[in-house]
Amino acid sequence: MTRGHPIEAPRLSGRTLRDDTRFRVGVAVLLALCLAALILPWFAAHDPNAINDVLARRLTPPLSRDRLGDWHLLGTDAFGRDVTVRLWVASRLSLGVGVVGALLSGGLGILLGAVAGWYRGITERAILAIGDALLAVPRLVLLLVTAALWGPGLGILVLVLALTGWMAVMRLVRAEVARVRVLPYVEGAFALGVSPSRALCRHVVPNALGSTIVAITLGVANAILLESGLSFLGLGVQPPSPSWGNMIAGGREWLLVAPWIALAPGLLLIVTVVACTLIGDALSGVKPESHAG
Amino acid sequence: MRRFVIRSLDACLLLWLVTTLTFALIHLAPGDPATLLVSPTASVDEIARERARFGLDASLPAQYAQWMGALLRGDLGTSMSSSRPVRTVIAEALPVSLALGGMSVTLSFLIGVGVGGWQALRASARADTTTTVVSTVVYSAPSFWLALALVVLATSGAAWVGAPSWLRLPAFGMESPATLANGFNRWRDLARHAVLPLIVLVLPGAAGVARYARQSLLEAARAPHVVAATARGLTRAKLERRHILRTALTPLVVLFGLTLPGVIAGSVFVEQVFAWPGLGRTMLSAIAARDYPLVLGLTLMYATAVIGANLAADLLLLRLDPRQRSIRDSARPP
Repeated sequence: MTRGHPIEAPRLSGRTLRDDTRFRVGVAVLLALCLAALILPWFAAHDPNAINDVLARRLTPPLSRDRLGDWHLLGTDAFGRDVTVRLWVASRLSLGVGVVGALLSGGLGILLGAVAGWYRGITERAILAIGDALLAVPRLVLLLVTAALWGPGLGILVLVLALTGWMAVMRLVRAEVARVRVLPYVEGAFALGVSPSRALCRHVVPNALGSTIVAITLGVANAILLESGLSFLGLGVQPPSPSWGNMIAGGREWLLVAPWIALAPGLLLIVTVVACTLIGDALSGVKPESHAG
Repeated sequence: MRRFVIRSLDACLLLWLVTTLTFALIHLAPGDPATLLVSPTASVDEIARERARFGLDASLPAQYAQWMGALLRGDLGTSMSSSRPVRTVIAEALPVSLALGGMSVTLSFLIGVGVGGWQALRASARADTTTTVVSTVVYSAPSFWLALALVVLATSGAAWVGAPSWLRLPAFGMESPATLANGFNRWRDLARHAVLPLIVLVLPGAAGVARYARQSLLEAARAPHVVAATARGLTRAKLERRHILRTALTPLVVLFGLTLPGVIAGSVFVEQVFAWPGLGRTMLSAIAARDYPLVLGLTLMYATAVIGANLAADLLLLRLDPRQRSIRDSARPP
């Protein structure tokens, strides 16, 4: 799951962005998904984790009734649990882990990038060296080793996602801060007696934030994919709590009998990642059409 | 030459840093590998003996010095779970992953550059948009899900539509268990088993390359030197070959080298789903058994591959792209 993507300076002028179909579609889909994940589980007729009447309910195909007469949109799994309900509960976890993980790593990247670009010298070299060292091991391997050895669980997963994903943002912010700090208006701020830390936080860092938005958007997609991958391998979110990845893993042994259990969560996962990629494309100015201009 | 030496020294330093960090990460983790090696009813003494056998009773700095010293002599230690040298265990799994990864990256680039180039230079606007949508979706699909979907297609799906039996591809393992055949039939069996894993790896890879190639070709086609060349009246074929493809695709050579380690790491899912005995599965079982020397050895191997690929890409770009030669290290954009 290498997701090499050319990260460029984003174009943030509101007018062109709002005209961009990809941006509108991406934002609409993501918002709809988040809302559905927040609201739908409240209206669930079935407890997502409760197992009862297994024999009467199990492996009901999508769009049909089980032997107790209840209708299931996406069918039921091997324990008779409704797949739709579990899917939306899983969306909370998967989206939450992805967004929180990406925001944390983005924040860490901004912090370290600002420090590296502002103080230069040995601090900068140390931060860059640690970043290079983390980039030298494929992120998946790093996640596997850490998540597994330090004990699988939600907290450790988010923490590890944050600690292994900050490098791209750090490099962007560092370059921006290093460029901006010598501009006349910063010198002007110093001349007015502004303290260095205030100059950094108020005048320099805000100018560097724009460049990070693409990296953070793609980071969300990446974090969601990695969470699902780790959960698929049994090293992320632990059952019975549903996440997209462990639902796919759980459906794997029933693949040929009841393919919907494993395939349904993946479709939602793909929709989410596509939405993030579309927003990232629109922000970074990837050409929508080859023949424009 | 000077640049080569500096780069290589940098790479060695980085490798040492990675090694040290992973050593700390693994050895500071909670849990005791020795308890997994003895029987559940083992006494405290037996566990202590097992710890001593693998040198886990020494202090952390001592273990680090011991491991580092062995590493410098080219010794990666002994796997705790199988009691075989780590080097042998890796050497057995490496060809599988390397073949799978190498083939899939090569195919990804061939297909991806073809599709991306067609999109940027030849396709109609509608065909281009459609292809972009498809490649974005494929690029976003997690490989383990793609693998499961393909298994469904190749087994119950193929049976449902009544596909001929040669189309029903095996979805498990590298070889049919009963094949004692050799020569051609054995290769044919292996190739049939490789089709599904390769598709799973190539589809997202090719989609990613196509997205990248399309974008860089479009940018190259608008570059001032292309406009100037058009004005001089060059034929379209010559324009595309000499001025657009050359500028746009040179970075792809670098990308090629850089993606290989990641693809090999990412093949853990494919190896897991299709039961191929490659590095990914070795890594997973090593982690589950807390086989510290094996986990360390594998991580080190991945890091060496990434750093080596970076170095090679850097030096290759220097040869391929004349603009790079005039730029001093310090002036390179960060």
